[in-house]
Amino acid sequence: MSDPIINPSTFAELQEAAGAEFVTELVGTFLEETPVMLAELRSAQAAGNADAFRRAAHSLKSNSHTFGATRLGELARDLELGGLITERAPLDALDAEYQRAAVALKELCRG
Amino acid sequence: MAERGARLLVTDDNKVNRLLLTRSLELQGHRVASAENGRIALEMLRAETFDLMLLDMEMPELDGFGVLEQMMGDTKLKDLPVIVTSSLERVAHVVRCLDLGADDYLRKPVNPALLKARINSILEKKRLRYQQKEMIRRFATSEVAEDLQQSGFALGGRRVHCTVMFSDIRGFTSLVESQPPEETIELLNTYYTLMFEAISGQGGVVNQMIGDGLMAIFGAPLPVAEPPLAAVRAALDMVEMIELFNLERVAADKQPIRIGIGIASGEVVAGYTGTQTRATYTCIGDTVNLAARLEAHTKEAGRGILVDADTQAALAGRVPTEPMGEVKFKGKGAAVPVFAVKLKE
Repeated sequence: MSDPIINPSTFAELQEAAGAEFVTELVGTFLEETPVMLAELRSAQAAGNADAFRRAAHSLKSNSHTFGATRLGELARDLELGGLITERAPLDALDAEYQRAAVALKELCRG
Repeated sequence: MAERGARLLVTDDNKVNRLLLTRSLELQGHRVASAENGRIALEMLRAETFDLMLLDMEMPELDGFGVLEQMMGDTKLKDLPVIVTSSLERVAHVVRCLDLGADDYLRKPVNPALLKARINSILEKKRLRYQQKEMIRRFATSEVAEDLQQSGFALGGRRVHCTVMFSDIRGFTSLVESQPPEETIELLNTYYTLMFEAISGQGGVVNQMIGDGLMAIFGAPLPVAEPPLAAVRAALDMVEMIELFNLERVAADKQPIRIGIGIASGEVVAGYTGTQTRATYTCIGDTVNLAARLEAHTKEAGRGILVDADTQAALAGRVPTEPMGEVKFKGKGAAVPVFAVKLKE
């Protein structure tokens, strides 16, 4: 566990600053919004819309770092800075990392 | 202590950010509204009154740069403090925000302690500016109110004997150019606070402020026992306060400031000018012009306080002066004698 899916201290700080109950609600919002962003990345890729692609990656990066989802945030940042790509593999990797982050976040909210 | 319960607007298209920022600010005691893009934000800013806005940059419809650009061109919105909260990757973008008038930049995810400190500091500055304005307004109205109670309100002038003072900061323009505007505002606020105290302490009334210059009247609308003596004493207090202020400035590695003061006594036409709902007390006449010329002449004469012959005579030696010869001023027929007030050692 050298690089945790969710940085525990970032998450704990968030809970302390905003209140654990509120953070649980916020995680709920994140879990609603992120699939929309992931879908936007796919459709922007299909449509060749570089601006929409960058914006979706940017939002995802920002939200990931809020919860301490460092790995997910770094993958999103690579996409934001790398610009529009045609390969599907990086998006697949992003999806997979999001699934892991979602599980971990739900765990933390229950914990 | 910065004010609590300020009215803030959070503008961010990202729902997670919007909710989190709103929550953080509410926990700090503020009242918070939110907008999900720049267009909605501008509509809200134009419809309601806010103390400060937190602004994201990346947004659909109208992004943060667009919002800042529109605010700059809007007299109602151009002074609203803005903190940009974003995870922009390029320094050039951050610089552009600041160029467009943003007050501060905070990187996302925003650290709540840092956010609190920045907001408080900006609101505190805003409050001080407001307080300064209020003080000036209150001061003017209390003098005017007393006069109104005694004499009733009528626009138009009457002839009165009084002493007029002009004062300004020497080399102000080059000072303004050598420092950031925030420092100039701070300097002016301190300067005016000190000058008001000195003038009102001797029964005078500040009735005009233009940039770094001010005009004060002694003997009207409120009676003062000896207007010339009061004005000269106020001038000496002003110089002394500036000296003390300069000690602080020099200690903070800042350029000391110098002021020039011109004083003249005589008959003026004084009264309220304006309309029935908004009037200022002012006075006009040769005495006013002479005081302004004397103030301008301090630079050439190399003296801090210059007074006319009537003022000097009224002092009756209670404050030492030194004759500076006769000077012919623009707009004056004959040369007039000028006296320098000797400064306290």
